[in-house]
Order: sequence, then C-alpha cells, then structure tokens
Amino acid sequence: MRTSSAGVADVQLATGYFHGYAVVGLLAVIGVLFVAVAFAAGRLLRPVVPTPEKLLTYECGVDPVGEGWAHTQVRYYVYAFLYVIFAVDSIFLFPWATVFAAPGFGGATLVEMFIFLGFLAVGLLYAWKKGVLEWT
Amino acid sequence: MSDTLDVVLRLVAVFVVFLVLPLAIGQTEHKVMAHMQGRLGPMYAGGFHGWAQLVADGVKFAQKEDVVPAGADRRIFQLAPAVALLPYLLVLIAIPVGPGNAVGQAVDAGLFFVLAVMGVGVLGSLMAGWASANKFSLLGGLRTAAQLLAYELPMLLAAASVAMAAGTVSLPGIVDAFHWWWVPWQIVGGLVFFTAGLAELQRPPFDMPVADSEIIFGAYTEYTGLRFALFLLSEYAGIVVLCGLTTVLFLGGWHGPFGADGLGWLWTLLKTLVLAFVVIWLRVSYPRLREDQLQKLAWTVLIPLALAQIALTGVVKVVTQ
Repeated sequence: MRTSSAGVADVQLATGYFHGYAVVGLLAVIGVLFVAVAFAAGRLLRPVVPTPEKLLTYECGVDPVGEGWAHTQVRYYVYAFLYVIFAVDSIFLFPWATVFAAPGFGGATLVEMFIFLGFLAVGLLYAWKKGVLEWT
Repeated sequence: MSDTLDVVLRLVAVFVVFLVLPLAIGQTEHKVMAHMQGRLGPMYAGGFHGWAQLVADGVKFAQKEDVVPAGADRRIFQLAPAVALLPYLLVLIAIPVGPGNAVGQAVDAGLFFVLAVMGVGVLGSLMAGWASANKFSLLGGLRTAAQLLAYELPMLLAAASVAMAAGTVSLPGIVDAFHWWWVPWQIVGGLVFFTAGLAELQRPPFDMPVADSEIIFGAYTEYTGLRFALFLLSEYAGIVVLCGLTTVLFLGGWHGPFGADGLGWLWTLLKTLVLAFVVIWLRVSYPRLREDQLQKLAWTVLIPLALAQIALTGVVKVVTQ
C-alpha cells in the first residue's frame, strides 16, 4: 500500500516537473520564432548592395593587415583553470544549502562547511601567493 | 482548456515584458544620462520628450544593410545575436513578480536554472568575437571570456548564500521565506551579486570588453542593422533580468511595508526599476576599470567577500535554528 502511494506521488512529481519544463521549452520556441521572423522580415525590408570594400574587415578605415584570427597571448588561461576548479566546487553548495539547517544536521554540517570553505580559501591564497592574480 | 489558456496568457505576458521593459529602461537611460550630464537627450521623436526615440531607432535598424564580412565565419556570425538574446527571455519566465502563482512558470530548481541559463548569454558575445575574424572583435571576445570566468564565481557563491538562508533553490520559495532582517544579513552577498552581474552584462564600469575608445565595440564591431539591434536589446534585457533577480533574491521581491497581497507585483517592479536606475547611474559616474583591475577586483575582493557571506549565513542559520 505504502509503495503504491509513494509511486503515485512520484508520478505527480514527474508530471509537474515535465509540465514546468515543457512551458519553458514553449517559451524557447516562441523566442526562436521571434528571432526567425525578425531576420526574415529584415531580409525583406533592407537593401542588399554588397561591394568588396563593404565586405572588408573593419580596421579603422585602412586595409586590414594579416588575418583576423591572429595569434594572441591568452593571459587568462590560468584564471580559466582557477575558475573551473572553483565552479565545480561551488556547484556542490546548492544541494547542500537546501538541507544543512534541517533537523538532524546542525552543528556537524556547519563544521563540514567551514572545512569546505577552508579548502576554497587555501586554494585562492595559494594562487595569490604564486602571483597568478598579479599581472605585473 | 482553461489550463492551456492559462499557459498561453503567461507566455504572452512574459514575452511582452521581455519586449517592453528593456525599451523602457533604454529610454530612461537616454534621458537620465542626458540630465546627469546637463543635456536634454532625445526631444524630437514622438513629440513628448522624445518618448519614441527607441521606436525610431528600431525602424532605422530594420532598414540598414546587413553586412557579413567576407572573412567571417558566416553561419556563426549570423547566429550569435540570437544566442546572446534568448537566454534572457528564458530567465524571465522563472522570476516571480507577486505572491502565489504570479510567476511565468515556477521552476523547482529556479535559482539553479536561472544562473545556468544566464551563463549561456555570454556565449553569444564569444561567438560574435570569434566569428567576426576581426582583431578588435577577437580581443573583445577574449576579454568577455575572462570577465565571465572571473565574475560567474562570486555570483554563484552569493546566490548560494541566499539559497542557504531560505533552505530552498526555488525562487518563489526564497521570496516566501524572506524577512526584512535578511536585507542587513545578506547585504554583502547582495552587493557582490549585483556587482558581478553588472560585470557579466559588460556594463560600465566593467565595459572593458566593448571599450569603444580602444577596441571600437569589441565583439560587436562588425555588426550592423538588425543583428546589432538584437545585441543592444540583449544588453537591456540583461539589465531587467539582473535587477529582477537581485530584487527577488536580496530585496524581498513582492514584500513591502504595505499592500503586499494585492499590489505585490508593484513592489517587485518598483525595486527592479530603482536598481535599473542605479545601473544607469553607475555608467555615468564611474570610469572604466582596466583589465587587470577587473580580474583583481573579482578574485581578491568579491570572491573572499562571497565566501565570508556564506560563512556568516551558515552560522546565523544554524545558531537561530
């Protein structure tokens, strides 16, 4: 008996879940239609008079030098590493945040959180100390 | 049948808000900036204080030739404005404006959904920056990427703090759990969230990726006409979303000193518009931050502050339990 009522609850939950995201999906469809209609209407309204000069890459009015996909020194890649590490960590905060103060958790969970924050802080301090966060 | 009608009405409402509020904020920006700088701003279009200026701009944009540079990655270049714009439309549906079911669609993991979808918007700028095959655009795109990396994290952490306080990640649930003393309790998180959001929208003083005096207009340099207009629209839709989210998460959404039951949505709107005014005000009053200053602010100020806010939230929550 108990399992069957839980099953009904599960089904209801799933229906609500799919209904919610179906509406979000519908809105996405409306958005795509809006953009498609705007682009199609724009095609009808605007002039099309391409010349080689117009299609040139813009470089302040002089002829472009070399190609646009130039090699660039990407100074940000260390930040990218830092970000990936931290972002993956912080994702775990959300499920934890919804239950940590529930009955039966309390103090021990809070200590766990400080250990977690401690890890993040040490990581940041390490990066700082290594000079990753300085440019010059 | 009435269920279907209900859904349709909600979708229409969200779509109308998505089209009207960004224009209203754009027009406000024209006028507010002008008056702060001792100018009048648009006065001609529409007659009364130039109210139709943005409509006129729209008509102009629709008539402009659509130029795709010969060297560009054509498909990606043309698709980028849509990718930049549509996430903000999707986020609007999850933002509650009043008590009960006054929300486009209550999404269970609302906070999570909203942050994830907002992150997608930045992809549009990256696509534009890369596909343009233009050196200025490439620089702008790289700066956008760096800014996203730096500011997404404090934003996530500040939002997590609110989720901890409310014990739920559902946006209506968060507003339901709100008490007035949350404002002083979460003020640091709120400031971090708002600042990081500004940076993610590339609004001044965080507009290094589109710095017009050095890299023309960053990732949008090569865009003309309608596609350029969609990028502009996405910026203002982004302001609506950021201000709405800050209102819902940190300022109590539809809660107010009085009339929260009938006129709750008016409180949400009022708070959102006041925040939008602050966004415009910051543009007029602050100089642009340099790229290294941007990174430094995020990693050495905002992230430690957000971590401290999480610790404070956790302690207060467990102690008062």
